[in-house]
Amino acid sequence: MTSLQTPLMAAGRATPDGSGWRLVRVLLPVVVLAVGIAAWELVVRLNNIPPYVLPAPSAVFVTLVADWPVLSQSLLTTLLTTLEGFAAAAIGGVALALLFNQSKWLEYSLFPYAVILQVTPVIAIAPLLLIYLSQQTAVIVCAWIVGFFPVLSNTTLGLNSVDRNLAGLFQLYGASRLQTLRYLKLPAALPFILGGLRIAGGLSLIGAVVAEIAAGSAGAGSGLAYRIAESGYRLNIPRMFAALLLLSAAGIVIYGLLALTSHLVLRRWHESALGKEN
Amino acid sequence: MAEPVVLSETGPDPAGLAVSLRGVTKVYDSGVAALGPIDLDVRKGEFVSLLGPSGCGKSTALRLIAGLNAPTSGTVRVARPAVEVSGGHAVGFVFQEPTLMPWTSVRENVRLPLKLAHVPPGDANARIDAALAQMGLAEFAEAYPRELSGGMKMRVSLARALVTDPDILLMDEPFAALDEITRFRLNNDLLTLWRDLRKTVIFVTHSVFESVYLSQRVIVMTSRPGRISAEIAVKTTEPRAEDFRTSVGYAACCREVSKALAPSYPGQSAT
Repeated sequence: MTSLQTPLMAAGRATPDGSGWRLVRVLLPVVVLAVGIAAWELVVRLNNIPPYVLPAPSAVFVTLVADWPVLSQSLLTTLLTTLEGFAAAAIGGVALALLFNQSKWLEYSLFPYAVILQVTPVIAIAPLLLIYLSQQTAVIVCAWIVGFFPVLSNTTLGLNSVDRNLAGLFQLYGASRLQTLRYLKLPAALPFILGGLRIAGGLSLIGAVVAEIAAGSAGAGSGLAYRIAESGYRLNIPRMFAALLLLSAAGIVIYGLLALTSHLVLRRWHESALGKEN
Repeated sequence: MAEPVVLSETGPDPAGLAVSLRGVTKVYDSGVAALGPIDLDVRKGEFVSLLGPSGCGKSTALRLIAGLNAPTSGTVRVARPAVEVSGGHAVGFVFQEPTLMPWTSVRENVRLPLKLAHVPPGDANARIDAALAQMGLAEFAEAYPRELSGGMKMRVSLARALVTDPDILLMDEPFAALDEITRFRLNNDLLTLWRDLRKTVIFVTHSVFESVYLSQRVIVMTSRPGRISAEIAVKTTEPRAEDFRTSVGYAACCREVSKALAPSYPGQSAT
């Protein structure tokens, strides 16, 4: 009997599609988080660890509330930088990919430099940029440098992934270059572009943070990364954790928004946005 | 290498020819001789099948007629319609796959040729509705391609080819991937369309039975390089319908075509 039942149960677990399973998928990480925080709190309290070594979660939360005026201002600054860098990366990446797609000459002459810009660590470029540009501009440029490459390479991939027969059909009906671009290449590339944007969103935040830290050590700035660096010098560890928490939350929200956008745009036709059953 | 010459008739052809190929060859950049030289005449209103093994150049011939590729040498003449309709197009092309744009609805897929020709929306909508109704797709206008079965997708592809009201319909193994029942139904629908609309149809297939069932003339081709090896007229009383499939005449004609095709498959004895 048991030998019969075991595979049945295993099969039930292997096909996770019920609403119960969805609840589990949401609940599990929440439970892990709660247990982790409780353990952290317990360890700090039982061992009497001073807050300048490791603050308890409750202390971090208290700091977050108490320092909210300062921290929220910094959060806003960082988010604005990220958004500007992301917008520049999105527009620049797509525009450059479109240019490359229209002219092989441009692609062959410029693409290697796009790669070089991408593989050189941004943390090493940031101090140089801060010499030549105003701090605000330098931070945005950093966010752009990290963010634009995934958009560029994904869009290029998408534009080159057009169905050959569909391209033949456009040729047969005498479509102009602009018509082919607008009605065929761009829609075909859309899932790839959205994938690139999803990566770029997170990277823009990283770029902004890196530049802020580089700038912060030079003595100016008010973003979240600067707050972290500043609190570090002052041994205000709870505030470091609070700022880190906000950065992390910002990253999650950015990713979530982009994933949601992607889902809403693609849900009617693209495999990636469709349920398993249909 | 001979200079490639491509002529395109601008008026109605006096000889009543819809398509005329003379000494046409195609050598791909890789050096593969895909086709020819071949000569082929297709009369207006005729239903012709190109039959042969894979790689015999039948699809290449179709692409040359459509103007999707240029011949290496020889002339390809395609008669232009006598009366130019706005958004009209001399040829309609149906690929082996439905080749639909997955990101938009059936209606917008059918609209594509008209949109590319800048036909005003009012005029276009009426023609789209007519083409959809003709293919039995009226209820599926707002569906997306992925929501349709293979047969329905192929109907959309046909509706898109018909929406420009072409004189010549080029079909590249359009029903090869469909199940038998669906293929038979589409065969019958295609015959009805051909009878009602008096189009010239050039139909590429590798099925003896399909070629005989559909066409007035079967052109048998051999491979490497693709040449025409035989031409068999299918004589029967029109209109054909499902009972033609089981008739003695049909079987005899299939046997004749199979025999003509056998040398194209070396290593297999003709039966």
